[in-house]
Amino acid sequence: MTMSEQTPETTAVAGSVAETAPAEFVQTPSQTVGPFFGYALPYDDGGDIVNRVHPVAIRVHGRVFDGAGVGVPDALIELWQPDEFGRISDELGSRERDGYTFTGFGRTPTTRAGDYTFTTVKPGAVGGADSSAPAYALVTVFARGLLYHLFTRVYFIDEATLSDQAAFDELVEADALLKSVDPGRRATLIAVADGADSYRFDIHLQGESETVFLDFD
Amino acid sequence: MPNETPTAPHIASQSTISAEIAAISAQAKAATAAGAPPELQARRDYPPYRSSTLRHPTHALVKADPEEIERTSPAFGHTDVDDYEADLTVQHSGEPLGERIIVTGKVLDGEGRPVRNQLLEIWQANASGRYVHKRDQHPAPLDPNFTGVGRVITGDDGSYRLVTIKPGAYPWKNHTNAWRPAHIHFSLFGTAFTQRLVTQMYFPGDPLFALDPIYQSVVDPAAQQRMVSQYDHDVSVPEWAIGYRWNIVLTGPKQTWMEQDDDHE
Repeated sequence: MTMSEQTPETTAVAGSVAETAPAEFVQTPSQTVGPFFGYALPYDDGGDIVNRVHPVAIRVHGRVFDGAGVGVPDALIELWQPDEFGRISDELGSRERDGYTFTGFGRTPTTRAGDYTFTTVKPGAVGGADSSAPAYALVTVFARGLLYHLFTRVYFIDEATLSDQAAFDELVEADALLKSVDPGRRATLIAVADGADSYRFDIHLQGESETVFLDFD
Repeated sequence: MPNETPTAPHIASQSTISAEIAAISAQAKAATAAGAPPELQARRDYPPYRSSTLRHPTHALVKADPEEIERTSPAFGHTDVDDYEADLTVQHSGEPLGERIIVTGKVLDGEGRPVRNQLLEIWQANASGRYVHKRDQHPAPLDPNFTGVGRVITGDDGSYRLVTIKPGAYPWKNHTNAWRPAHIHFSLFGTAFTQRLVTQMYFPGDPLFALDPIYQSVVDPAAQQRMVSQYDHDVSVPEWAIGYRWNIVLTGPKQTWMEQDDDHE
């Protein structure tokens, strides 16, 4: 795309404005969310993608750690996922929840300890139940000190598969991302069952078990 | 501010920070001169911004092909946001103090197409440079008539328009005598979740740009300009408000995204 292809209206107006128009629609740079988003971005029930009494509700929780192994108290976590049948929602109402409509989006700040919790459903595989690829939710991490947010995925893999090397290998083979990740780091993408209907997914920004973060560009 | 304040002996002076910024800029400039593509984004590891030291990933990011969930985005609409939320000056019983401004522009994708009906959120300090957030305890007055939080859903042409107060410069503790240039935080959703963006809009000609490690973490001068709004006299309203224009471009995974787009249009 060249200068001449930019929208005519941005070039037609006063000189000062033409200079602001993106010459080639180049992406706007990211800046940190900073320390003071707490009164602006979180909202009531933001972490409750489904209600706790939903028949297949699960808890997805964890701690965000910095490079010194300390919990990050000023991070914001977002989750975006299909429902339990692998359907992607186009329903409005992520900010004004009615307690019933599944919108697939959740947002929650970490606590003073660096912990976060979502109530949601285990995502189904998009494209139908017979898909052999493992299901996951997309996770986005914002924090003071992070100049550009981080994307990762939280995979939900049943324990039978996790404890059977052949079955696990087969599953990895069916997932382009897991397959491409250094085998020693794959575990950082997989939620750990830690109780009835509860999964733990810690996020390590640095350190020995640094989470695999993704580049979609 | 427990994690914001480095212990006393380690607090750098502005001249130390400025020297670090200058060294990184010079290195980036030399790389571009030698043929490297300009860096469009903020560096995740930017030592002059001390808080980035323990929080940036040390491994290279893993390339991922976005799948369907990542090529879509949550749907937001007028049921999620009230119209008055776009005007930060009418949220209390009285008028906030400070310079009333209008901030308007368009949210576009990498092809210049409007990002329609998406959620745009802002937050900012008041005219005195003070945030409502409890952890901001610096001695500048709060304004009982200003919270500093706004939301709007973009129009069919990707446009947004906000009325607010020009924020003051904000002191922080990255180093001695550290001041953030006046800025408004923006949070945006695109048509794909991979286009998600949180950034800051700055005001033209701020003398603090050169000294600020967050602004300077975007090392390419042309990329820095993409974070700076422009005064626009056509946006100003007589005897009422000063106007600024700022367009935002959200790009995502180009290859697969193009295919998707054909399906939907």
